[in-house]
Amino acid sequence: MSGVEPGALLPEIALAVGAVAALLTGSWTPRRRQWVTRWIAVAATAAAVAAAAAAMARPAEVTATGGYALDLGTHLARLVVAAGTLVTALIAADHVAGHRRESEFHVLLLLGALGTVVMAGASDLLVLTAGYLLASIPIYALVGFGKDARGTEAALKYYLMGALSGVLLLSGVTVVFGAGGATDYATLAETLPAAPSSAVAVGTVALLAGLLFKSGAVPAHFWIPDATQGAPSPVAAFITTVPKIGALVAVYRFGGQALAGAAVDWPLFAAVLAAASMTLGNLAAFFQDDVRRLLAYSTISQIGYLLMAVAAARAAESALPSLLFYLAAYTVTNLGAFAVVCALPRARAIADYIGLLRRRPRMALSLIVCLLGLVGTPPTAVFIGKLTVFTAALDAGLGWLVVVAAVNTVASLFYYLRWILPVFRAAPAREGADGAAEPSGDVARWSAGIAVTAAAASLGLGVASSPVLGLLQSGALLP
Amino acid sequence: MTVLSVVVFLPLAAAALLLALPRLPDRAAAWTWVAVAAVDFALVVAMWIGYENGTGVTGGIAYETHLRWIPSVGSGYHVGVDGLSLPLVAMTALLFLAGAIHSLRERRRVRAYVVLFLFLQTVSLGLFTALDLILFFVFFDLSIVGMYFVIAGWGHGDAVRSALQFFLYTFVGSLALLLGFIGLYLAADPRTFDMVELARQTPLDGRALAGALVLLAISVGLAVKTPTVPFHTWLPPAHTDAPAVGSAILAGVLLKMGTYGFVRIAMPILPEAWRSHAMVFVVVGVVSVLYGALVALAQTDFKRMVAYTSVNHMGYIILGLGAAGMAAGADVQAGTLAVTGAVTQMVAHGLLTGSLFLIAGVLYARGGTYDMASYGGLAGTMPKFALLTATAAFGSLGLPGLAGFIAEFQIFTGSLASAPVPTALAFLGILITAALYLRALQRVLLGRRTGPASDRFADLSAPEAFSIAPLVVLAVVIGVLPRFLLDVIEPAARTVVTLVAP
Repeated sequence: MSGVEPGALLPEIALAVGAVAALLTGSWTPRRRQWVTRWIAVAATAAAVAAAAAAMARPAEVTATGGYALDLGTHLARLVVAAGTLVTALIAADHVAGHRRESEFHVLLLLGALGTVVMAGASDLLVLTAGYLLASIPIYALVGFGKDARGTEAALKYYLMGALSGVLLLSGVTVVFGAGGATDYATLAETLPAAPSSAVAVGTVALLAGLLFKSGAVPAHFWIPDATQGAPSPVAAFITTVPKIGALVAVYRFGGQALAGAAVDWPLFAAVLAAASMTLGNLAAFFQDDVRRLLAYSTISQIGYLLMAVAAARAAESALPSLLFYLAAYTVTNLGAFAVVCALPRARAIADYIGLLRRRPRMALSLIVCLLGLVGTPPTAVFIGKLTVFTAALDAGLGWLVVVAAVNTVASLFYYLRWILPVFRAAPAREGADGAAEPSGDVARWSAGIAVTAAAASLGLGVASSPVLGLLQSGALLP
Repeated sequence: MTVLSVVVFLPLAAAALLLALPRLPDRAAAWTWVAVAAVDFALVVAMWIGYENGTGVTGGIAYETHLRWIPSVGSGYHVGVDGLSLPLVAMTALLFLAGAIHSLRERRRVRAYVVLFLFLQTVSLGLFTALDLILFFVFFDLSIVGMYFVIAGWGHGDAVRSALQFFLYTFVGSLALLLGFIGLYLAADPRTFDMVELARQTPLDGRALAGALVLLAISVGLAVKTPTVPFHTWLPPAHTDAPAVGSAILAGVLLKMGTYGFVRIAMPILPEAWRSHAMVFVVVGVVSVLYGALVALAQTDFKRMVAYTSVNHMGYIILGLGAAGMAAGADVQAGTLAVTGAVTQMVAHGLLTGSLFLIAGVLYARGGTYDMASYGGLAGTMPKFALLTATAAFGSLGLPGLAGFIAEFQIFTGSLASAPVPTALAFLGILITAALYLRALQRVLLGRRTGPASDRFADLSAPEAFSIAPLVVLAVVIGVLPRFLLDVIEPAARTVVTLVAP
């Protein structure tokens, strides 16, 4: 990688070193002192956040071998991924502390985060594949971390779907390579327009299948509800948030750079996927009673809104800033909602949240802010995200998609309100000795703190969105 | 930080303070709201006194603040008042003060209740002072959220369902509104969400189809909130099941957000589209007038009846604004009269319907029902109540000497020339509302006592009297001495009409 000083890759290095350090430390530490690995993970992700933030000031560049772009998309992705991983590690503190495999948890988390970052930055099909595998395999193990029946089933489902999509991704890479004669996006952008369009189309679809699986978009969304429900809650928070960041930036980059001149009707394809994701996710979420299943379907619908920016990429300048801002906003808000779920480990169904406002006002307010944030109510961050994404899509002439998205937003309100309402309602008389459904039985401290922080951050990022948007406005992606 | 921003954000600051002090007794929380609302109202009165007549949307905005907020999408923190918004700001501040006094009798979860209303107060005042579309939209959406929790948390009957219906309907509207705003933003050059700048540019003039689509999106959003026929179906259940103060705020303040949006956004920014489609608004207005009145006539439930008369009263406003669009080119004078009447009607309706909903709350507190057949002869045991009820009802039906008359007279006079047939039809609305209010008064106040034992029917308590009476008194004052109000509204109304005129 001559031409790029090693300092430019500090965030990735921090994650990798953190994973190795946690693995080594964990192997030689007695179980009751495994918490050390947690602080290694926290330190590594915090260092990655700081390095990524510092790197944003640098001019955009591509590594000399052309495989890895250090531009705005990568900067933001590694910032948000590292921050999301940091938050996950803190949320997990309540759940895995003293666990037999605590160090493994953190190692897998860090490796998954590293893979996600690599996906976001990859500007070469082979680097993308490597990132995909690195982002997938550790997370399969994380989903099954609890080793209970549900978790095992979830992990198996996730793994099978993931293996299938991985094969599709690889065959897509092969076909695109065959058609374009190269794997790096810069060359592909020149060769693909001349390549047979059917081969490009087939290759693109197969390649996308893998990336859509990572992001949880329709039609590769089947694993999300089961994995979210079966995995330990902190892992569920992680898999519904962090891998999406890498996958969506990768989709955007591939569509915008490699397919720039190809005859494939890429915007329409992305628009249809966007419409399908938001609609299916919303409809399926309507009557979910398990809060984690509800959040799982909600994340499928959110991908739809994010894909709108991908569809608008060619025609609207504001598509990239809107996508990146929405990703950051979604990460904060979704992690906040999951943090509430993690803070109340015994409340699994919506009915368990009845009267939460009386008993746990701070948790209840955080939850309300995060859920209304996911709807896109101003002035939360997702509202600004939606505003900019809608604007970009309308600017790109996708009026029908914006209308579909608006209708979907209203539909989504219905199920978020189904969850908010019990929180607000006065608790009925306690039902005898049935303390199991008592949401205030115990509150996980770390998760509770994160929930409040995330809710506040979601509001703060919305009200003070200006500097972030201004920063994102300036950059473009590099091939 | 001008006085206007203080007026807007003082309630929110008080709400944050209340949330931060967990051990505050309920009484203290309730009195905090009264104090804050009183200070806020006093500040608005001071602003009114210091207000020099502005010339409306394009200039003469008083107490203006313009800060950068999200420059990358062309949106800023831009607030200010002119003759269109200042009366509504004052009405809002007074209605919230009345609500605060009325709420002194609230016993259920008082702190959360007060916090919610303080939040709503900031949101409402913010909406009427916003001069940026995104800022407007933020407040518009938050008003829905706040009112949803008020209805769901403190309502009665099937409150949860009504609240959900209210939220879903108005949220659909708000998204249509957002699409319209984005349309305006994309059409403007340079792109901006600033209302003053957009009114100067009128970006969609000369683009008939785009203008019509954007006007459609904005109108649907505002019409749901207003509400006009056929978007009114959320209103009766929401009103019936909301707590008394919630209904008063919903009818008095939140409905005005829709009609205000028409004068503030639709007419000045889309003048050409407004002119070409003015007939649609006239028709919708007349249908709302007649339909609202007829359905109100059929009600046996006092609160539902008042709720439906709101549809009727909002219809007058839409009629006036539509007629102003038709008149614009030919007769600026008539158009100005119609728009002035429409804005006066917003204030009058806020005062009168606000007081009627508080009266309905009094009724419910005594007899546990809104069914008019369960009451009768209340004039004998509750003379103060009877006096206020009768005055408010007469004001609402448009009796001369009360605020409603001033408004409706101007609307009709201003509309008659440009839309004679619709205006003539709308006259019938007055007749029907007169009939239904007289019948309601007769059922509730006169005749023999029926229903529950009469010893519970004590006359108005101090909080009830001191919250309802000022609203009614002000409605009388406006009815007798309207100049102080009209002098503020008229220049702004003329500016709007001149903007709409070709």
